[in-house]
This record gives sequence, C-alpha cells and structure tokens, in this order.
Amino acid sequence: MVKDMENKTKNIMIVGVGGQGTLLTSRILGGITVAAGYDVKLSEVHGMAQRGGSVVTFVRYGEKVAEPIVEEGQADVLIAFETLEALRYAHFLKKDGAIVVNEHRIDPITVVTGAAQYPENIIENLEKEYNVYKVNAMEEALKLGNSRVFNIIVLGVAAKHMDFSKEAWLEVIEKTVPPKTVEINKKAFLLGFEG
Amino acid sequence: MSEIKIMLGNEAIARGAYEAGVKVSAAYPGTPSTEISENIVNYPEIYAEWSPNEKVAMEVAIGASISGVRAMASMKHVGVNVASDPLYTVSYIGVNGGLVLVAADDPGLYSSQNEQDTRCVARAALVPVLEPSDSQEAKDFMKYAFELSEKYDTPVILRTTTRLSHSQGPVTLEERAEIEDKVYERNVAKNVMMPGNAKLRHVHVEKRMKDMAADGYSMPINKVEINDTKIGFITSGIAYQYVKEACPNASVLKLGMVHPLPRKLIEEFAAKVETLYIFEELEPVFEEQIKSWGIQCIGKEIFTLQGEYSANMLRKAVLKEDVDLKAPAQVPARPPILCPGCPHRSVYSVLNKLKIHAAGDIGCYTLGAVAPLSVVDTTICMGASISSLHGMEKAKGKDYIKNWVAVIGDSTFMHTGINSLMNMVYNQGTGTVMILDNSTTGMTGHQDHAATGKTLMGEEVPAINIFHLCKALGIKNVVEVSAFDTAELEKVIKEEVAKDEVSVIITKAPCVLLKGNKFTTKCVPVPEKCKKCGMCLRPGCPALTKNEDGTISIDQTMCNGCGLCKGICKFDAIETVEA
Repeated sequence: MVKDMENKTKNIMIVGVGGQGTLLTSRILGGITVAAGYDVKLSEVHGMAQRGGSVVTFVRYGEKVAEPIVEEGQADVLIAFETLEALRYAHFLKKDGAIVVNEHRIDPITVVTGAAQYPENIIENLEKEYNVYKVNAMEEALKLGNSRVFNIIVLGVAAKHMDFSKEAWLEVIEKTVPPKTVEINKKAFLLGFEG
Repeated sequence: MSEIKIMLGNEAIARGAYEAGVKVSAAYPGTPSTEISENIVNYPEIYAEWSPNEKVAMEVAIGASISGVRAMASMKHVGVNVASDPLYTVSYIGVNGGLVLVAADDPGLYSSQNEQDTRCVARAALVPVLEPSDSQEAKDFMKYAFELSEKYDTPVILRTTTRLSHSQGPVTLEERAEIEDKVYERNVAKNVMMPGNAKLRHVHVEKRMKDMAADGYSMPINKVEINDTKIGFITSGIAYQYVKEACPNASVLKLGMVHPLPRKLIEEFAAKVETLYIFEELEPVFEEQIKSWGIQCIGKEIFTLQGEYSANMLRKAVLKEDVDLKAPAQVPARPPILCPGCPHRSVYSVLNKLKIHAAGDIGCYTLGAVAPLSVVDTTICMGASISSLHGMEKAKGKDYIKNWVAVIGDSTFMHTGINSLMNMVYNQGTGTVMILDNSTTGMTGHQDHAATGKTLMGEEVPAINIFHLCKALGIKNVVEVSAFDTAELEKVIKEEVAKDEVSVIITKAPCVLLKGNKFTTKCVPVPEKCKKCGMCLRPGCPALTKNEDGTISIDQTMCNGCGLCKGICKFDAIETVEA
C-alpha cells in the first residue's frame, strides 16, 4: 500500500477510542519516517476528546509536507484500533486505500444507553470497497500477558505493508516507548509484523 | 552540528523559550497550551510554575520582566480573558526583560467552551501578535518575539492554535542564548500606572504600534511569495499550510506578525495579484482592516467564521474543483465520557438519583451534562458554578435552590472558585457547593496545583488544605466524604441542601488515571443472579454492556473495579474479585 513511494506525500491515519494509545503509535510512525530521512508532520488530539471519545491522529510524510492533517479522500492507510471507528473514518481513504482494523468492539455511550445501535457486519461491508487487513489484537495481546500492547500488534500488521525494515522499526520502538516496556512492545510488534 | 528533532508545536515553543534565554515561566494548564509548561520543566535553566490561574501567571511573568529577565506566561485563549486585566495595563508599562504571552486558540473547539480569536483581544489591548505556521517557526518566532519585545518596549503575544500546538514536525535545535539581566531602575513614570503616568504611556503605546506596523514591511517573518499572480492569498499560521497544499502555484503574503498589520506590504502585494483572497481562521481580523483601506479582496463571503480550515475548502471555494468526496457512513456518535472508575460518575449517580440540578464548571466533570447522568445544567467558565448558583438564589430565593448544588473540581476551585465561595459567604447565600476533589487537574492530563502538595518542577510542598480553607472563610458546614461511598454521600447531600446556610461537601477520591492510584479489584457479573433490570447500566460506565439475553458483560480490560455497579445491584449479581 505505501511501498512505492514516488515523490508524493503519504497519508496515514490512526483512529480509535480515547485512551487506546493512538498517540504512542503515531509517535513511533513519525519516528520511523524521520529516521528514513523524510519530512514528516503529525497531528494529534489532546484534552477532552481523549476521554473515551472518538480520536484521530494523522501522519504525513514525503519530500516536503505542508499541512499536518489528512483530508477526506486522501488517506493511503487507515489504522483502526476499534471496528466502529474504522467505519467512521473510512471515507477519508483513497479509492485504493487500505484499512488495518483491530477486531475489537467498544460500545459508545450512545449504544450503551440504547439511543443508537452498534452497526452489524462492519468488516464485511468495508471489505467490499477497500483492502482490509484484520487482526484480533486484543486476544493476541492477552496471550502476551499485557492487553495494553494491542496497539503495537496492530501497528506491526500495518508495518508489513510499508517500506521500512524490521530493524528500523525495532530501533524506533526502543527509542519511543517507556524504557520498562521496550521488550513487551518489541514482542508485540513482531507478533503483528511476522504473524 | 545542529540536531534536528521532531517536536510538537508546544514542545517547540518551550524550546524557543529556552533558546531565547527565558528565566521565568508561569502558566495555568489548559488545552491546547498545557504541554508548553510540561516541556519547559525539561530545561533546568528556567524557573517554571503552575500558578493558580492565568491572571496570577501573567503577573508573575510581568514581575520577572520588570526585574530584568526574559519571562513568559502561557495559557489557552479563554485563560487570556482571566489574564486580560494585567495584560491591558502591561501593554502601557512595557518591559524591562522581554515578555511574551503564549495564547493558544482552539478553532473547532476540541476542548473549549468558546471559539474566540486572541487577535481581537490583542487589538483591544494594543499588543503585537506573532503567529507561526509549523513547529520550526514556533521555536523561531518565540525567539523573535523576545527581540521585538525588548526593541519596542512591549509585551508580545505568540498566538498558536490547537492544530499547530498539537502537530509535530522537524525542528533544528540551537544553543541557548545567554542573555544578561537588564538593570532594574526605579521608574515610576513607566511602572506605576496611575492616571497621570498612564496618559503619557498611552501616547508611547500608540506610537509603538504605528512604528511596528511600518517596520513590518521589512520584518523577515512577513514573507512574500510571488508565483502565478492570477490568485493571491494573504494568510498566516496553520492556514498558510492549507494554501500551500491546495494552491502551491498561487502568490502568497504570509504574515508572521498578524498585529499590527504591515499596511504598505499588503498594499504592494494586493496591487500585484488579480484576485486577492484573505484566508484566516475565525474572525475577519485581516479582512476588515484591509477592506477599510479600500483594497478589494474576498474573505468571509466564501470562508466560514467557524471551525478549522482545510485544503479541500480552498479546492472547492477558490479552485472550483469538483472534489468528489464520499459521504461519511452513518454511525453512532462517540462523544467523550467519564472513564471507567471515575469518581465523578459515582457522585453524579447520587445527584441523578436525588434529581438534583448542578451548576457546573470547567473540567472532566462537565461531562456530567450528558445522558445518562444528565446532572449538570450549566457550564460557563472557570469558577462560575458557585457564583451562578448564588445568582439564582438571589433572583428566586433560597427555596429555589433546594434542589440545586454547584459542582467544581479541586483545581478549578483553587483557580477562581474560591472567590465565588467568598462571595457566597459574604452576601449571605445558602447554596451547597460540592468540590469534586480528585487530587489533580484531570482534564488537561494531571497537573499539580496548590492543593496537591507538588509543584510543576516536582518539588514537594505543603498542600493547601481545601477543608481548612473553607473553614477559614467561616463556613460552618464543611463535610468530607469518599466519592465512592454513595450511601453516605446521599445522606450528606440531603442534609446539606436542606440547610439555610452555605455548605461545602468535598468528595474525595483520586482521578482513576492518576499514577499510583490503581484499584486492586475488578467487577465481574454473576449471570445466574441477574434479574436483567438494567439498573447497573444507568451510570453509563463504558465497561458495562448489555448482552442480548438482558444480562450484562463487564469488559475486564476497561474495568477499574470501583464497585459503583456492584453497589447499585440489589441482587448481588455483580461481585468484585482480586485483579
């Protein structure tokens, strides 16, 4: 998906529910693009929206990047940590764009209170229009003994389709995550990357 | 060799302060400005503090400047309102050491109660404003702001927006400038703003703004890019990036100093292009001035006054491109909510049960306004819960507020809530004030304040005791209750609202996300005992979901074991287990 670089700016979105670790993931992505010598811009969400709301982070890299956001119809890759969020932002993708989606459901409060219904068959419907790569990262993370690293497993799956070497990824993970969690995050990444 | 580092806009602002030789920084946390101070503490050369509010922070910075060092204050846009009293007058006084106010606007209201434009405040206060467009400029402009401040004897505002503050980009690091302290000399005519002195300083201020507008012609931060002259843009800040994205071949006048405007530069640019667009987020600050000079241009006729701008907006409105966008899928909204295990949910579940209205305030607990908790009726600004409740009572009488309370967080109470409480005591109110004390400034990501016992620079200090503080105001009824003891809370609330005196109920429980405050248990459902009544779902904990058969599931990765749902269940169908 983002393997043939040409001179064009590549647009990646990471979406999920506030608290799922979109910031850490985007910082790893930003780090690896800088290490590879690209100009890069990232845009994040802080503050109120982080409290369990829908959150989106943009990563853009290329020879020269102007705006820090990815606009509708322009994303090359959508990395979704929660299934409904993949659907919410799918229209940001280019026609041949790809979705890496974590098969994990978190009901929004509107569903919990019965005001709305969680859509059915989201992944099947997305597959009709986009290249979808799915992973049950929560299950995999629990096997590793730490549910919190699921986001790095999802990143590992996405990384399979990018142009950076395994060593480069592991190096940037080591630099970015808290020192105590380096080993478990590397394991999580490899589980996605090599699985 | 200079190092290049990828930095958040706010991180770059902090770096700029460091490189500019800043010695004192004061701030109150507020999205999107908070990370400026959080990064400044990484530079031990700078004294940095969380002040109780923005007015105090501004005054701390002013004092430091008067004493002769470079100083700064940082805050969100609405914080500038709180700081506007000292700001308007330090505009007259000017500076000794350079003085910069970093103001962070929030177009699109990601985490704010309004969408005001700091440039409007700056115009009224007669203070120049610089606006960077990426992280590199955020650092560079910060340094330039101090130069201008000292050259023109003026405080300078560095304006940022959420998109800039919270975007990352590469920044070239440089060394810190060792700035020698300016000599302090007593100067009553400049530093004591009584009418006779201020009258003369006003003359200086008007001349300064005129000089800066004229000098703006050759300031390196105002950049003219002449390309295709069919279309020209005057723009600044993050909006400049959207222009470069959508119309890379257009001519652009990029303003780095957005107040006062360099009229001559604008007139020359306007004469060179066929159609001139003014592309500025929020208020038509450039546009109105430029049109008043008789220059034809297009601005808010086609660009909105609300929210953030984008490149697609230009493609549609200026290039008339047929931007073929897919409609977004119709999906349930996912608004922000209180976290699983949040003590506010527990307090609100009791208020909801008692059908009590709350005059609300600014913080995570504002989220108590929405279903299913639906407790908070009003949210205005920092500290307004207590004073607006008092206003209701004075309008309608004390019986009117027997089913009302004010709710305010500990940090917000220390910010300005304390003033409102003084007023309630002084003017014989009878309101009940609930201070939701979670031992931190929660919404902005856990900053310390005067009642937590720790400073921004990590020093342990005596914590101001909120209970004793309220007692010291002469309030007889001050009660502390655990936020999770719902039975006791219910009893206390009923008793206190019934009294014809001011009451303060301090509900205590640390923010569930605060480091070192993890619950040691988890809640698990016992389906065979479940009567499917749905009572446990009422407080709207995101860890709980209803199964198809009417029983419930509790997401074990989300549950923090606070036990609120367990306490609500009358059938023992939820139990707690060791985590």
